[in-house]
Amino acid sequence: MVEIVLESSGLTMRFGGVVANDNVNLKLQARELRCLIGPNGAGKSTFFKCVAGLLTPSEGQIFMRGQEVTGWRPHQIASLGVGIKTQTPNVMDGLSVRENIWMAARRFHSAVEARERGDAMIDRLALGAIAKTDLGQLAHGERQLVELGLVAVGDPWLVLLDEPAAGMSAEDVARMTEIIHELTRTAAVVVVEHDMQFIRSIAETVTVFHQGAVLMEDHVDRVMADQTVRNVYLGKKA
Amino acid sequence: MQTPVSKDILTTLVVSAILIWLAPYVIGTYTLTVLIIYGMLGLSLGLIWGFGGILCFGQGAFFGLGAYTYAIAAINFGESTLPMVLAVLVPATFALLLGAMMFYGRLTDVYLGVITLVVTLILFKFINSTAGPQYVIGKARLGGYNGIPGFQTLNVPGNPDAYIWGDAYYYFCAVALVIVFLLVTFLLRSSFGRIAVGIRENEVRIALMGYDVAARKTVLFGIGAAIAGLAGALFANWGEIVTPTLFNMPQSAEIIIWCIVGGLGTRLGPILGAAGLAYMKFLLGQQSTIDNTLITGLILVLFVLFLPKGVVPAFSGLWKISFGRRGFGKMHDTRRKRRARHG
Repeated sequence: MVEIVLESSGLTMRFGGVVANDNVNLKLQARELRCLIGPNGAGKSTFFKCVAGLLTPSEGQIFMRGQEVTGWRPHQIASLGVGIKTQTPNVMDGLSVRENIWMAARRFHSAVEARERGDAMIDRLALGAIAKTDLGQLAHGERQLVELGLVAVGDPWLVLLDEPAAGMSAEDVARMTEIIHELTRTAAVVVVEHDMQFIRSIAETVTVFHQGAVLMEDHVDRVMADQTVRNVYLGKKA
Repeated sequence: MQTPVSKDILTTLVVSAILIWLAPYVIGTYTLTVLIIYGMLGLSLGLIWGFGGILCFGQGAFFGLGAYTYAIAAINFGESTLPMVLAVLVPATFALLLGAMMFYGRLTDVYLGVITLVVTLILFKFINSTAGPQYVIGKARLGGYNGIPGFQTLNVPGNPDAYIWGDAYYYFCAVALVIVFLLVTFLLRSSFGRIAVGIRENEVRIALMGYDVAARKTVLFGIGAAIAGLAGALFANWGEIVTPTLFNMPQSAEIIIWCIVGGLGTRLGPILGAAGLAYMKFLLGQQSTIDNTLITGLILVLFVLFLPKGVVPAFSGLWKISFGRRGFGKMHDTRRKRRARHG
């Protein structure tokens, strides 16, 4: 039996009269790579925020490794060993790359060990040349990479990434893809993305969101070939 | 990135020893003492605002609370050691409760400012209206707008008749400031301090890393209040009277101006800003041609326009350009500095 690391059951999120997520049931296995796709407003990001603890769902439950985490705050969820990267880069602009990564590692390790692990991560991401530079002075792609480093340095067993490839150059995306694959060796990874090119290059199983609900869930090739999915993306009535 | 701790301590000790020794030749020790006390008060806000990103409009409330706690306790106990300890603990506890309420309630910057401001006003109004004989704590009458005079001032621990006053009190306060300064240095070098700076930079990211931001901000807020409370107790000893004006608005506003002028995000800036502006106010107070507050306001406006980083970061930058190394006093880059850099 394969371990289920993330499960949502009947997850519903309403904002006033708007139903952003409607009865979403999703199961994620250990070390699985799962992409959540869907057109704008489909509810991918709302689902992501509910799982990350940034929003409290109106109804339904969320389980992580069998433990109910519904309504937990982000820092509690992150403390379980969940790495979270939000849509816009959330980094400490006034601090250096090294200090940023050190802070993430410090949560789970002693100060000295955090420095060693941080330096190892900087080497792994080939950020050595800019290790002492403040994040505020870096290019968008570099900031995204540093944030991925922040997430990875905590040795998470579940990683949630919201649009990691947005606004990046082809070269940066290639590096990002490599890192995501590396992460899946130890962690289950959820990627929210609407860049189909990127999805095609990394995905195995894809969950399609449409109007707040799960439209289908299957292998990427079958999803791409599906007529309903194509209609949803092209805005036709399904 | 950082100079070794031992070197930093040594520099601090040598520089402050020279300053403590030389300063009385320039300014009288009585005035110097109050400048040092204001320096400590400036440092308390400089710590939580400059490094923790918590803009507290009511730092004066903790200062006043420390002073009143000392005065009331000193009258009741007839000696000064326990009252000094209480003057640190009472404001710190009050701040922990207030901070927990604000930070766990996820209040953002503006509301934080409003609440701390209102708390200060409430304390001011309350203390002001305690003139009646029914307002008594133990043997101490609160005295309303007249304040509390005639309490036991600082004595050698265990010997209530051996007062520490005059020049000795100046040295006492100066050493206290150096100790607090060193403690703040250690705090900022510790993981807690570094993560506090991270919270200032990006709260969401720190929470997503798994840190309890509310708890950390509450603790930092409490530490700031403890320092302000100590400064308040020292002030009570210096003035030998505590009055409700300690809690009034201009007092709290002045602390913010000290930090801006001296330099946010530095340890030295708020101390120098406080001492410098307070001394200027003292000098201006000796004449009546120009209004004091007008000048303070003018200085604030000029600094915000022309030297937004404040005095210490500006000089630190000059030092760096001239000698190519890190100027003392600067520890972490600040928001103000970046804002200035990007125009």
